[in-house]
Amino acid sequence: MSELKEELKAKIIEQLNLEDVAVADIADDDALFGDGLGLDSIDALELIVMLDKDYGIRLSDPKEGRKIFESVQVMADYIQEHRTK
Amino acid sequence: MKKVYINSIASISPQKTFDNTIFLDEIIDYNDTVIFVQDPDYKQYIPPAAARRMAKGIKMGVVASKIAMDEAGIETVDAIITGTGMGCMIDSEKFVSAIIDNNEQYLTPTSFIQSTHNTVAGQIALGMECKAYNFTYVHSAISFEAALLDAKMQLENAEATHILVGGVEELGEHTTKVHRVINHIKPEAVTISEVLNSKTKGAVFSEGTNFFVISNQRRESCYAELVAIETFNTLQKDRVSEAIEAFLKENNLKADDIDVVVFGNNGDVDFDGFYNQLSKGIFSKTQQVFYKHLVGENNTVSAFGVWLASKILKTQSIAEIVKINKINPSKIKTVLCYNQYRGQNHSLVLLKKC
Repeated sequence: MSELKEELKAKIIEQLNLEDVAVADIADDDALFGDGLGLDSIDALELIVMLDKDYGIRLSDPKEGRKIFESVQVMADYIQEHRTK
Repeated sequence: MKKVYINSIASISPQKTFDNTIFLDEIIDYNDTVIFVQDPDYKQYIPPAAARRMAKGIKMGVVASKIAMDEAGIETVDAIITGTGMGCMIDSEKFVSAIIDNNEQYLTPTSFIQSTHNTVAGQIALGMECKAYNFTYVHSAISFEAALLDAKMQLENAEATHILVGGVEELGEHTTKVHRVINHIKPEAVTISEVLNSKTKGAVFSEGTNFFVISNQRRESCYAELVAIETFNTLQKDRVSEAIEAFLKENNLKADDIDVVVFGNNGDVDFDGFYNQLSKGIFSKTQQVFYKHLVGENNTVSAFGVWLASKILKTQSIAEIVKINKINPSKIKTVLCYNQYRGQNHSLVLLKKC
């Protein structure tokens, strides 16, 4: 599980081009949107594609993303439970 | 009709031109076939949250526009008009590669959104919250001149007071490879001193951006009066002198009245003849300068020629490194820029001291 969380942090930084952020800067329960990392709706779309491509999870309702992308911890829990690859 | 003035300039090029207080004081030599810009500190101008989605061309354009706006001393403009031959190549390549690599699945939005030709003008407008006329011209080597002509006409007719005009090109890895395959890029590396006398085909490719605030009000920062622009999609080599003389005549000038002529020689043995015939012909007694040995070739690099002409008119000085001959006029009142790329898309821009 902790390996998955580190992997997710690295992917978020790379995928969303967070130039000044390091893996160590993101705490497991930091908010990804709003006051936390400050991600926005375009980032949410990028993360939805990442879930599909890397973990085989297809979100039928993009609104689900709001809960799933709350933090790295919540994302990792969701991926652990639903991943198909 | 109102007169049109270039009130500020900004250039990000393979030379250190982003600082307007200096004028080619220090020259960076290259020995390559593709050259990249000397980067300003982008973070000084663009917040990290906005910069993370910007490819190189967008960053260059946004920063150059801010430098030009600062120098003109204005907060907003009545129009933002850009020219680009190739547009946002880096994101275009990224998006198309993703389509191919992922078998048309898993397409992410960012590179698609940022890949359109008008992204630079759009991002500049977003940054300055400018909801005015926003337009991008895409027409190979006369893209910038098309933008400049649009701006000039709006200003002459008092439809606008201040307009931000610029040209921007970035280098995409795949596109550069394609240009190499079709011999548009030189087969051998050349230094800046070798470009003019190169005996091979192709040019040294480059990236860069040049922005200008042009207005129908002359400000203290004024560089030049923008007198006339003309473009030609096709023009036979043996008709160039005639076309230039006709253009000058329309502006009540003769070739002898031009104090400095700015040529777009890029060292391509197949096409530099367009300039060389003028060097030896109608402009043989005129001070001739060139610039592509310093900043390379790209679709809107002719905007650097306008930048150079503007600097020459304002400072009344010509750096030795750009001189083709040594006429050394005592006063520089009128400058003509002539450019073409591969024998097509010719442009003439006439500037006067303001």
